[in-house]
Amino acid sequence: MTAAVQLRNISKSFGETQTLRDVSLAIRPGEFMSLVGPSGCGKSTLLRILAGLAPQSGGTISIDGTGIDHLPPSARDIAMVFQSYALYPHMTVRQNIATPLRMRRLPAPARLPGIGRLWPGQRSKHNGIDQAVIDAARLVEIEPMLDRRPAALSGGQRQRVALARAIVRHPRVFLMDEPLSNLDARLRVTMRAEIAALHRRLGATFVYVTHDQVEAMTMSDRVAVMMDGEIVQCASPAQLYGNPRDLRVARFIGSPEIATISSDELIAENGGFAPVLPRDPVTVAFRPEAVLLSPAADHLEIPATLERIEQLGPELLVFLRLGSGTRLSARAAAGRIPLSAEGQSLSAWLPARGFMLFDANGRRLDAPHIREFADAG
Amino acid sequence: MNRPHRFRPGQILSHVILLFLAFLFMFPFYVMIVTSVRSPAELFVPEFRWLPESFTGLRYYIQAVADIPALTFLKNGVLISGGILIVQLLTAIPCAYALAKFEFRGRDLLFALVLFSLTVPIQAPALPLFLGLNAIGAIDTYFAAMVPFFLSVFAIFLFRQTFRTYPDEIIQAARLDGMSEWAILWTVVVPGCLPSVAAFSIFSVTAHWNDLYWPMVVIRSNDLMTPPLGLAFFADSESGANYGALMAMATILTAPLMIGFLLAQRHFIRGITMTGVK
Repeated sequence: MTAAVQLRNISKSFGETQTLRDVSLAIRPGEFMSLVGPSGCGKSTLLRILAGLAPQSGGTISIDGTGIDHLPPSARDIAMVFQSYALYPHMTVRQNIATPLRMRRLPAPARLPGIGRLWPGQRSKHNGIDQAVIDAARLVEIEPMLDRRPAALSGGQRQRVALARAIVRHPRVFLMDEPLSNLDARLRVTMRAEIAALHRRLGATFVYVTHDQVEAMTMSDRVAVMMDGEIVQCASPAQLYGNPRDLRVARFIGSPEIATISSDELIAENGGFAPVLPRDPVTVAFRPEAVLLSPAADHLEIPATLERIEQLGPELLVFLRLGSGTRLSARAAAGRIPLSAEGQSLSAWLPARGFMLFDANGRRLDAPHIREFADAG
Repeated sequence: MNRPHRFRPGQILSHVILLFLAFLFMFPFYVMIVTSVRSPAELFVPEFRWLPESFTGLRYYIQAVADIPALTFLKNGVLISGGILIVQLLTAIPCAYALAKFEFRGRDLLFALVLFSLTVPIQAPALPLFLGLNAIGAIDTYFAAMVPFFLSVFAIFLFRQTFRTYPDEIIQAARLDGMSEWAILWTVVVPGCLPSVAAFSIFSVTAHWNDLYWPMVVIRSNDLMTPPLGLAFFADSESGANYGALMAMATILTAPLMIGFLLAQRHFIRGITMTGVK
């Protein structure tokens, strides 16, 4: 049931513009792989190429070692859930879920509405389909709505129908194209957990496209971060956060955004940084939780101005600005730090070791003291 | 307390205007119907009377059906406009789908040609068409009355506009579900665009039911005459002065369209507003 998916050197161009350049990705059997990136990075195009809905300009795709490039979408044993759910509006939920099975199992005359049931020798197939539809509907808890039309369902229910329509075929690979982005925030969190649970129960390979890094981080085994038509880094969520290989990845993953300060500025603010930084100018990046607002060992003080505070309940997000205008954010436990007026001057303590360094092209530099965390993701 | 909306002076004024216009449009119909149930002599009195002085009942209707072949005209109207509509839908829908949803070389040029053809009236190619039909011996047949209208560029244009708004993702989902392009078109896209189909059907049936020009060119025998042609023929020949029978026939011949429009009105208006064609 589970399948490995291998993408080799996939490229795609629309006229002059190249939306995908040499994308290679190996998805393991049963893996939950997310493709994440800002809009226009080519992640949806890649998914459509994988589904066979759009041809690639170059490269090959194989599932379990067998090339599928020549196969039409329906023969690839792939199911897809679309952002807009893409339910057939004139069919009931039951008919919607049954469609993929009817197309596969029944001969054309038996698919005719109404009289199709009279076509001889298909009773057991019809019964099998009816049962499979009910099973799929039960799995996503929409059984009571089987006889409604999509227009009579809420967004979350439609999403479940779309999931059921994908599940009912037992495909080897599930593709999901931003399936939660039309739902409200609360429902998104619930459906996130449900899709993750569904993945565990089915054990099938999932490829999940999203622009929301939180979705990608919370659900996936591995996340491929795409920028400008390339996969910049593909690693587990923890590695992406803790060990990004590219400044763009570091900026994209994590909220609030990672703070970046040039080494020159950092040394100007506190000469203590000079010995721990390389001679060449580099970019130093600090996650919000690395920035402290009280003195600590191995940390160096720099002066800053308070710009804004966001209350998140148990913790605060403190947004600071350095003398040159560079922004810095810190995560602090609520109530621990007495902060008041905006524009107030204060000090921030930055770690003197364990920070991330990036060269002028945004590539990660492995400083000697962080080499212990490095892991070729 | 505010007065309800419907009693505002502006509302009353607009209703007066609307009622007046409605009267203007309805009056000829009223005259047609009232003339069909009274003696023709009443037409020529100086003052207009709203109600028949001598009510003739169904006499002229019976005459229209018995003496003039009104029912044959009706049948011809149904066959010709129905036949035209079916072939138009069968040809225009796949064509419009291809123009709306497929990428292929020359697509824009083809669509430009479609738009260009919209500007050619039937009168322009009438003579070559007539000569061609004459050459194959098809003059004075149902086929001759229908064939110039089998390909409707207006239908292609209208359906292309509608299909373009149909979500691509549903079509892609159908492809993944294993449907052929024909199945997608006829079982997924067309059912989702029924208002447009209804709107076009009304346009088409009305146009060809009421068409006098082309049937007059190719139809000779009484057996094949369409409603307007039959009406025109009998107005100046046999029943010349029998206005009662003539109006009764006109009532019978316009009734199917009126009833059809009333039934499909809701879809029709939705289809028009949906595609932005007016």
